[in-house]
Amino acid sequence: MNRALTHGIIILGVLLFALPLWMILAGSTQDPGAIARGDLSLIPHWSGLHVYIDVLSSGGAGAQPVWRMLLVSFGMALTIAVGKIVISVLSAYAVTFFRFPFRMVAFWVIFITLMLPPEVRIIPTYDVIAGFGMINTFGGLTVPLMASATATLLFRQVFLVIPDELMEAARMDGAGPWRFLRDILLPVSAGNIAALFVILFVFGWNQYLWPLLVATDPKLDTIVIGIVKMIGVETQVEWNRVMAVAVLALLPPVAVVLLMQRWFVAGLTEGEK
Amino acid sequence: MATLQLDGLRKSFGSTHILQGVDLSLADGEMLVIVGASGCGKSTLLRLVAGLETPTSGSVLLDGRDITKLDPAARDIAMVFQNYALYPHMSVAENMSYGLRIRGVPKDTIRAKVEATAGLLGLEKLLARRPRELSGGQRQRVAMGRAIIRDPKMFLFDEPLSNLDAALRVQMRAEIRRLQRRLGVTSLYVTHDQVEAMTLGDRLLVRHQGVPVQFAPPMEVFARPATAYVAGFIGAPAMNFLPATLDGHNARLASGHAIALPNAHPGHASVTLGIRPENVVVTPNGLPMTVDLVEPLGSETLVHGRLADGTPLLVKQSGAMPVGEVLYVDLPPAELHVFDAGNGQRLAA
Repeated sequence: MNRALTHGIIILGVLLFALPLWMILAGSTQDPGAIARGDLSLIPHWSGLHVYIDVLSSGGAGAQPVWRMLLVSFGMALTIAVGKIVISVLSAYAVTFFRFPFRMVAFWVIFITLMLPPEVRIIPTYDVIAGFGMINTFGGLTVPLMASATATLLFRQVFLVIPDELMEAARMDGAGPWRFLRDILLPVSAGNIAALFVILFVFGWNQYLWPLLVATDPKLDTIVIGIVKMIGVETQVEWNRVMAVAVLALLPPVAVVLLMQRWFVAGLTEGEK
Repeated sequence: MATLQLDGLRKSFGSTHILQGVDLSLADGEMLVIVGASGCGKSTLLRLVAGLETPTSGSVLLDGRDITKLDPAARDIAMVFQNYALYPHMSVAENMSYGLRIRGVPKDTIRAKVEATAGLLGLEKLLARRPRELSGGQRQRVAMGRAIIRDPKMFLFDEPLSNLDAALRVQMRAEIRRLQRRLGVTSLYVTHDQVEAMTLGDRLLVRHQGVPVQFAPPMEVFARPATAYVAGFIGAPAMNFLPATLDGHNARLASGHAIALPNAHPGHASVTLGIRPENVVVTPNGLPMTVDLVEPLGSETLVHGRLADGTPLLVKQSGAMPVGEVLYVDLPPAELHVFDAGNGQRLAA
């Protein structure tokens, strides 16, 4: 009885998450007029599948082709995730393993930025990026999103549990700071890095506000911006195309999660270092 | 092969003085064991020699060369850590050869050295394994291998056996001693275990509360402990202590019983008499001791009890022994150690 109840709740949860996704998938193959009238059937119309080929090559009216927006999004998410990891690993390494003046000040400055929601500093950030002439560039799109207090703190936690003796053994073996980082610290934290990569990739992929501000050039439209544009511009929204694009926008993050799943789970659960 | 000399080595963290002026010298090939309870500064001393800490003042000389300011890697000293500190993502062979690879030793040489070291330690079949696939004793061997493979001038051991179970500890203890003998490398070994200290060291340095209390070969420390602390620390089961007052040659126990000591200790009125449990003699016309616990260990029997005045006494007899409510014991004067009751210093003879 108890088991049945538990399973019932789990199944309900799964349905709650899966139903909207299924509706998008089914809706993407149906007639836009019918969707607009609210006649959305839960059974996909196989004949409507060609919409995917359509949007991939041509995109919405007045917008870039979807494959291009996917590419921009992918490039942005990848650059942000990698950049965030590089910067936060280095800064966490510095505040954890080195004794330098104002080390704790540096740590607290990083920590305090956690308290500020990104929206608060978006105008000054825009001003800085504009000052560098980076508006409407790929760099402008990605660089400001790279510094991450969250990731730095996470890596600091990971590094703190690494026994001091491991570093001391490496020092006695003759490893300098860079060698220790490369040969010992990074391989030992690989699971955590993989887990964080997945989270950061999805974070980058879902960025909306910043790309909207900094990249007005349609060539730099991300897929998320693309979907919004498709809804906004037309008087008659082609819902099946919007839904098809949404499905396509879903695929890369899902692929990343599936590919990295093994390390992801290991990174979140493994205790022993 | 090297000698080590420490001159006035000091280490303070803020106002806490961990080490105050340590002077020490090790002969070539000697194994010196530093023993003491935690907090006596023994690990700090080891870390100063390793170069993992910088001394507040003083100097470390290896083979006459001042290495105080040198980087740990440049000192030609290898260290075995308490928790082994093996690199978890590297195989046994990679763990052992990491230091050599950093130094740019040719691959052929590395392979030959790894094989030779593995042979020495019985690790030949485990070279491809990761540390997590090894038992405690095997990890310990790999940690030793990592130290040996570099042919260092000196070994440092930081309580290397304390994470092992009892049986393995006995085995590895003998193995460490054999290896050190065979390789003839000057070694500094830190432990809180008095058995390790007794069996491994050519000489012992007993430290207590940040200061050295005795520096001598193990058997001398055992036979003539410099203070009551050393006497109680070295030897198992621990020495018995009985408060007494001196009156010429006679020591009077709290119960009023007088023992004629071989020597007089003028100027000392109250003393502590020490006697090892195995030196207490069971005899029908001795002092009565109320027995409260008997521990038969097979080859020997431990009897815990109290003298008439309430002073606890532990008696060790070889073999099995039937014990009643009361045991009559004698404390042979020749086996008594006499310590000042105030500062715990050994009184001459």
